[in-house]
Amino acid sequence: MKYALLSDIHSNLHALDACLAHAQTQGVERMAILGDLVSYGAFPSEVVARCQKLQQDGAIVLRGNHEELIQTHNINTANPNPSLGSQTAEWTHDQLSPAQRFWLEILPLTAQVDQMLLVHASADAPERWRYVEDERTAALSLDAACTHPDVRYVFGGHVHHQSLYYRGTGRQLMAFKPTSGVPIPTPKHRQWIATIGSVGQPRDGNPRAMYAVFDSTAAKLTFHRVAYDHRAAARAVREAGLPEFFAQRLETGK
Amino acid sequence: MKRLEAGTELDGFRIGACLHAGGMAHIYEVTYADERPSPFDMVMKVPRMTAGDGAENIVGFEVEHQILQVLHGTHVPRFVAAGDLVNLPYLVMEHVPGLTLQQVLDAHTENRTRAEVADIARLGASIARAAHSLHQQNTCHLDIKPANVLLHPDGHAVLLDFGLSCHAHYPDLLAEELRKAVGSPAWIAPEQVVGVRGDPRSDIFAIGVMLYELATSELPFGNPQTSGGMRQRLWMDPTPPRRLRDDLPEWLQEVVLRCLEPEAAKRYPSAAHLAFDLEHPKQVKVTKRGKQIQGTPFFTHFKRWLKAAGMHYQPSPLPSQQIDEVPIVMVAVPNHEASDATLYSLRQAVARSLGIRPGARLAVVTVISPNLSSTSEHEKSETTLHRQYRTMLQQWAQPLDLDEHQTSYHVLESSDVAHAIVRYAEGNNVSMIVMGAATRGLQMQRFVTTVPIKVAMEAPCTVILVKQALPFEHLMV
Repeated sequence: MKYALLSDIHSNLHALDACLAHAQTQGVERMAILGDLVSYGAFPSEVVARCQKLQQDGAIVLRGNHEELIQTHNINTANPNPSLGSQTAEWTHDQLSPAQRFWLEILPLTAQVDQMLLVHASADAPERWRYVEDERTAALSLDAACTHPDVRYVFGGHVHHQSLYYRGTGRQLMAFKPTSGVPIPTPKHRQWIATIGSVGQPRDGNPRAMYAVFDSTAAKLTFHRVAYDHRAAARAVREAGLPEFFAQRLETGK
Repeated sequence: MKRLEAGTELDGFRIGACLHAGGMAHIYEVTYADERPSPFDMVMKVPRMTAGDGAENIVGFEVEHQILQVLHGTHVPRFVAAGDLVNLPYLVMEHVPGLTLQQVLDAHTENRTRAEVADIARLGASIARAAHSLHQQNTCHLDIKPANVLLHPDGHAVLLDFGLSCHAHYPDLLAEELRKAVGSPAWIAPEQVVGVRGDPRSDIFAIGVMLYELATSELPFGNPQTSGGMRQRLWMDPTPPRRLRDDLPEWLQEVVLRCLEPEAAKRYPSAAHLAFDLEHPKQVKVTKRGKQIQGTPFFTHFKRWLKAAGMHYQPSPLPSQQIDEVPIVMVAVPNHEASDATLYSLRQAVARSLGIRPGARLAVVTVISPNLSSTSEHEKSETTLHRQYRTMLQQWAQPLDLDEHQTSYHVLESSDVAHAIVRYAEGNNVSMIVMGAATRGLQMQRFVTTVPIKVAMEAPCTVILVKQALPFEHLMV
């Protein structure tokens, strides 16, 4: 079975549609959205609607930290200079219907399917949103997930970078920087943990959207970078009156 | 897995004779079980251990399983099929005919002979070309040794056994946080000793060890069994081969010892550069390294030993990227009816192409008509003629600052200029051809355009077509 793994869409409809179209060409059979559907971008309601439709068609959709952030309104009423993040969280809150917010609030934190554990952040405490950003934190997440005998793979998002961690001949995990479009053999007799990057807000200096395809039959993981109309997405952020910073971030990928 | 009986069937293959029963794997001749013909002979490699055993030596098989499937070209056995690593681990690949370099060396030992200089150069160049083809595919072999080099009857070399190799697109399963030495002790490069995996120049070192073996019948660093013994090569120079064999030319010692430099940066920057020197002995610039017969003095070794004590693991960039930065640039210089503007512009273009690539090598080439040298005194006139043209090329290159770049000059004879240029570029792994957009002056415009266009269409690499342009001050004079 071929799974498309998408995370950190962040209300970027242009990027999401480009990745979904790309996944179609890769023969993907099932979608998995690993959280952070909203915040930062201009199309929260449209992205949520898209993901609800995907869920009806069998997709796995998980909750990220931003699904929680946008729940409460007026987070910083007492603060005269709210942070950029809380400004967009408030705006996003207002764009979503109560039904959509409720749907986001009750999304599950993890899913286990086909020897994979899917989670937004770290599997060792999903609700604490720990970053999997180096060999040590990756090991914490992987070891926690692999206490379940069926799990061989942990896939998550949250860090907006594409990385694969594996065990070489030593005991500790090794980090590997993938090349996009190359299917990487990830045989089942080993344990693997990957962060699959961000669909809607890349931060590595390359504006192209990130996602990954996992083929559980062939045991191969392919990281992808997908070009999309990031200028249009940035324009929409400006037109919505959201902070300029988030528009520039889409343009530069930084 | 236990040894398989001849005649048994495994996953669609019929097992034939067992060709090799090594410590790690069995190798069998195989055919398709359904009798369907195969375009080439096949062998099956079956590891002794399976992944389920959790044994260390299955990792090497896993690495080969991964890498062999994606390599292509004539320098690796063609991949046919692979079994599931956990349930049925096997690899089926082409059974390449020929002798291994080990068999060639053994025959010399048995007959008490040593390889001829021309044969050493020819073998070395084929192996270097094979290594280069691998490096272009982002793979470092890292276990090149005589038993893993197969010499095909048609002269090209095929590299075998990718169990210790490293493909930059895949996680390196043999790497570990302690960065231990992985390789065969006699041929392992100094940087591999400290755990670096993925530098193509490690393969150049191993080729240097084999050239040394071919030339002298001895191993330059012995066959150490301890990590301390292997560390010696981080600072030690081997005995100059000419001390062990006095009929060895200086140029060959220069080539061998350059491959064996302890610091990777002092070796050939790519295997294509090595092949180039082995194929053009007259163009090898012999330095002290090639001439010396005495060993390196104690004090020099001592200083290097101190430096080596601090050598440690550093990650390497992608092999293909590394070798892209040290291209062989070829410039085709016209030898008659060329205007000053053309020659000037060509030089400018070459200077720009080399400028940002310190390790790049320059081959200055001109093509002359065979009619020119077909006089009665054939031999004599040819050398004189070639010398004349070579001098012309050297004069042309004079204004270029070539300190950082190895440069060689070649006079090719052919009635088909474009064909000669393309063949030369193919044969020498040239990465970039610089030539004039119009090579013979305006009155022949009709023919002229065809040469550069033909080259541009057929060349195996980038072609830069240079338009003539003189700066103002030249035009005023």
